[in-house]
Amino acid sequence: MLARRASDLTYSVVIGLLAGLGLLVLIGPVVIVLLTSFTLGRSIKFPPSGLSLQWYRLLFDPVSSSQIHRAALNSLEVALVAMVAATVLATLASVALARRSGRWVRALDTFFMSPMILPMLAFGLAALMYFTFLGLRPSLPLIMVGHTVVVAPFVLRTTSASMSQLDPALLESSASLGAGWLYTFRRVTLPVIAPGIAAGAFLAFVASLDNVPVSLFLSGPRSDMLPIRMWGMMESMLDVRVAAVSGVLIATVLALMLIMERVVGLTRRLRD
Amino acid sequence: MTRESEWQLALPLTLAYAAFFLVPLGLLIAVSAFGDDRITTLDGAQWRKFLGDPFTWKVIVDTVKLGGLTVAATSLIGYPLALVYLGAGPRWQRVILFVVILPLLTSVVVRTFAWIVILGREGVINQAVLWLGVSPAPLRLLQTEHGLVIALTQIEMPIMLLPLLSVMSRMDPNLRDASAGLGASKWRTLVRVTLPLSLPGLVAGCMLVFASATTAFISQFVIGGNRLVYLPLIIWQQSLVVYNWPLASVAALTLLVSVGLGVAAIAAVGRRGRAYAV
Repeated sequence: MLARRASDLTYSVVIGLLAGLGLLVLIGPVVIVLLTSFTLGRSIKFPPSGLSLQWYRLLFDPVSSSQIHRAALNSLEVALVAMVAATVLATLASVALARRSGRWVRALDTFFMSPMILPMLAFGLAALMYFTFLGLRPSLPLIMVGHTVVVAPFVLRTTSASMSQLDPALLESSASLGAGWLYTFRRVTLPVIAPGIAAGAFLAFVASLDNVPVSLFLSGPRSDMLPIRMWGMMESMLDVRVAAVSGVLIATVLALMLIMERVVGLTRRLRD
Repeated sequence: MTRESEWQLALPLTLAYAAFFLVPLGLLIAVSAFGDDRITTLDGAQWRKFLGDPFTWKVIVDTVKLGGLTVAATSLIGYPLALVYLGAGPRWQRVILFVVILPLLTSVVVRTFAWIVILGREGVINQAVLWLGVSPAPLRLLQTEHGLVIALTQIEMPIMLLPLLSVMSRMDPNLRDASAGLGASKWRTLVRVTLPLSLPGLVAGCMLVFASATTAFISQFVIGGNRLVYLPLIIWQQSLVVYNWPLASVAALTLLVSVGLGVAAIAAVGRRGRAYAV
């Protein structure tokens, strides 16, 4: 009995310590970046030597940080367009594939989800060569196309999950009461799957904003993207503005996440 | 539009994927078969040169090893956290879920940057090391493989945990209670009940982490430096620095196949494990 209690105690201690380490590892770096961004010093150091807003002030300076602003606006523009395009295309596709089975449906589903498993770097290179052979130079519209392809699976996943919760009896009764397809879609299907679509759209937006492998190949001097610019700023190591950009990004994501949690129950949707 | 013709709604995405995903990937395969960087001679010379070079094989092994080490580290720390999640009340479950998802949505570049702050010469770890007197001089953590594995462990942790938390939240708590009621110790319940039931989530997490860690170019490059060479670095150098597209394509396809084989191996181990558990 005593041995048993000792063994259960070691279980609690070992699992508890590892889990605590897990939580620390997950959240620690985010906190460290936030604190570093308020440093008074001129180098990236933790703990920061005194607190100030100097790096944020420099970051928001329209002249000295114009390149960062340009890149941020480009990223925002691309993320919005890719989000809308991916949401429309993937929502239509998931309505088409819902409640259908068979070899073709499964094959198509695997095809649509494949950008998630495939090394995106390979796709980025492939897209660069493809567009070059078509005679196109790297530009924002090309990045939008590339991002749409890689973020569509996020919308497809969350929307398909909501579609599977739609009771087919509702659709049948709507049809038997004489409602047309579009009316049924608008009044029955859409209200049920809207939270799934919204969660997917949000993930697609964030994934596009964050994308490196596709932007790396398709961005040029006139179509600089924020993550690529941040990479350049990190290479030089002296630029503490990276910490300030990170702080802005973390705050934005946190705010959006809290809103999405309220509106569509984001975290639960991501888990299931 | 009727129920019968609903399938046509899949056409726009299918066409978009065919034009902007399938065709470019086909092109990648085609370009890799050319022998020169002007893309004129179709002789497969780049494949022979690349795979005939012992350095290539070292890079492939290192890339797969990096993925394997990251999978091991994320499982070792992530799985216990998922166990705690399983036993926690609703409030703590929400806190854990939040802590997992916040870094997931935080840019990979930001997470990579965090590790420069932590692992650098004046970083958190070195400050602690000097303060505790563990070492007289700052440790070299950036540009080392173990530094990179530590960073990737955090960067990839959320995608290990999401599928794990998903299976944990669907697990029937009665089974664990029954196991305890029948006199099994906590360790025994873990090995005989919880682990087999959550194996699909663990396998899914391992697959995602492996695929992501082996291709995380920015993290590998910024934290590992250019002395640690992995396949993504070769793809980048050959395509955007040297402009040898056939060789870049060869490296990209090699990465694709390596990741595919690694993921398939993890899936096979998972099936083995399930057969053993039942």
